[in-house]
Amino acid sequence: MIELVSRERCITCQACVAACPENVFDKVPHRPPVIARPDDCQTCFLCELYCPVDALYVSPLADAHECVDERELVETGLLGSFRREMGWNGGRPGGTDKDLTYRMFEDGRVAP
Amino acid sequence: MTMPAPLKGTVTTVRTADVLVLGGGPAGVWAALTAAKHGAKVVLAEKGFVGTGGATAAGNTTMIHVAPRTAGREAAIKRRLAHAHGLADQKWIERVVDDAYLRLNTLADWGYPYPSDPSGRSYRGSLRGPDYLRFMRSRVRKAGVEVLDQSPALELLVSDRVVAGASGINRLTGKPWTVRAAAVVIATGGCAFLSKALGTNGLTGDGLLLAAEAGATFSGMELTGQYGIAPAFSSVTKGIMYFWATFTDQDGNVLERAGDRQSVVAYNLVKGPVYAVIDKASPHLQEGMRRGQPNMFLAFDRKGIDPFKQRFEVTLRYEGTVRGVGGLAIDEACATNVPGLFAAGDAASREHMVGATSGGGGPNATWAMATGTWSGRNAAAFARQTGGSHSRRITAAVGRAGLRPSEKPDAAITAAELIAAVQEEVLPVGKTFFRTGARLRASQTRLDSFWSAARAYLSTRSAPAAEIVRAREASAMIATARWLVASAIERRETRGLNRRLDFPEADPAQARCLNSGGLDQVWVRQAPSARALAS
Repeated sequence: MIELVSRERCITCQACVAACPENVFDKVPHRPPVIARPDDCQTCFLCELYCPVDALYVSPLADAHECVDERELVETGLLGSFRREMGWNGGRPGGTDKDLTYRMFEDGRVAP
Repeated sequence: MTMPAPLKGTVTTVRTADVLVLGGGPAGVWAALTAAKHGAKVVLAEKGFVGTGGATAAGNTTMIHVAPRTAGREAAIKRRLAHAHGLADQKWIERVVDDAYLRLNTLADWGYPYPSDPSGRSYRGSLRGPDYLRFMRSRVRKAGVEVLDQSPALELLVSDRVVAGASGINRLTGKPWTVRAAAVVIATGGCAFLSKALGTNGLTGDGLLLAAEAGATFSGMELTGQYGIAPAFSSVTKGIMYFWATFTDQDGNVLERAGDRQSVVAYNLVKGPVYAVIDKASPHLQEGMRRGQPNMFLAFDRKGIDPFKQRFEVTLRYEGTVRGVGGLAIDEACATNVPGLFAAGDAASREHMVGATSGGGGPNATWAMATGTWSGRNAAAFARQTGGSHSRRITAAVGRAGLRPSEKPDAAITAAELIAAVQEEVLPVGKTFFRTGARLRASQTRLDSFWSAARAYLSTRSAPAAEIVRAREASAMIATARWLVASAIERRETRGLNRRLDFPEADPAQARCLNSGGLDQVWVRQAPSARALAS
């Protein structure tokens, strides 16, 4: 579930407030949004794609909260890792053209 | 009928449209685009955000992309029929894959950046959810569709038994909205009962409840014993990777079983913990998975697990009618039995396409594209026939449970408690993956009492938007659970996703669809002909 809105990185664009499919955030004028309903987070990670500055971190734990350390997340490369691996940038899509999913259908084990 | 009582006493924004589409996942965006292309004025209202809402946005989806008159097309159709347990319809499968083929190619014409396979051919058999829906968001807006994000519908408007629009609330502003429309498309997805299966928590059966309040019929609600495999700690129900997995028990004994991957996990999960390791994927394929579907690995990377080498505990998360089969019964025009009300995607029963088996992944996504397109086209045609005077009709708001209690509201009846109670009847593998008549009847009694409580006392009149929405979600989940359970009681056989321990064999005499519906009185009956859905 969502555990971090970095106060240092957030540019208060409110993109996450608009894009969260579960309405987890509350907007605060000229300030970073607050995680108002943390338990409503469905751990879909999509807010991270829409954040233009990698200010958000969704923990992989779907049923429990954990404390996270922003510095550690930066050092381990986990902050913004989903966005980078997908190829999104500045809140805009990218990377579709590099999708190698078709390899999963090469050995005939799976058929659509 | 009573006249609509305004919500919260706030001034409601009233819009007029030819077609109102509820739900902005794949089915909804194709419905909106197509209705607009046919000249309709369209409003698209999505509970979350068009681009991130729904099961597709959070995942990746396989597509059936097969050209007409090819061996690939014949093989794909044959494969569907072979898995359908006698309930699919070849003509429907053909028309769905043929229509989706056109849509997938249209995406390329619009500049969708498909990847190329090693031979340099554009590969259109898979879509990355966030990219696909973000792209469709742009197309929908360019087409002149008015998009209402964060705007769940709460109830339908009806005029002389014809659907005439809907009302809802904006979750961010708390402001109510109303759209008066000549036709409404329900594309709100299925119901996964807040199981946290990836991307499904917005899918609480809201559109099913709305439609039922207008008198709509369902089909296939018993074909819902469908779960997704996820690492035990996580939401990531990406099932495809387990084709290359070895499952083991606590002591490391390899678990094998005839049937699909979910069955291996389910039969053993009722005995103890189950583990998996993705040890059968070649380095070439591992790279394909990583570079294709990063969200598959997020949970592992962030937990410090190498899923190709280390075994991890797995669980099953319930996927309900999202990757199960049942939903609103529709005819070839995607019309429900209620005039002016259409349905598409996972909100509709997919029996035509997948029979009694899960259409998770490719078949459902392909179905969403085709039925989205057809529902939009036919809703626009219905609106043209109705003419422009529809906005002056006298309408009634038909929402009841959670909105307008029949008795004096009781604050002791809360949405949170009702949701926990309904989850207890539906989510456990021992109740829904494996069904028995006795357990189903016990669930039915309890679910009936939950419904009575919600119907009589659940109210959120002056509550914040989030709580109003939650009360309707609770009501929708109870209603959906009751159709599921009542239908499963009636299907006294094991067929596809209805596994009855007390009737372990398929019964040829029951190779028919089961229709259902009703709110205060739930009903189930066999479809009038072998595959007829709408009654």
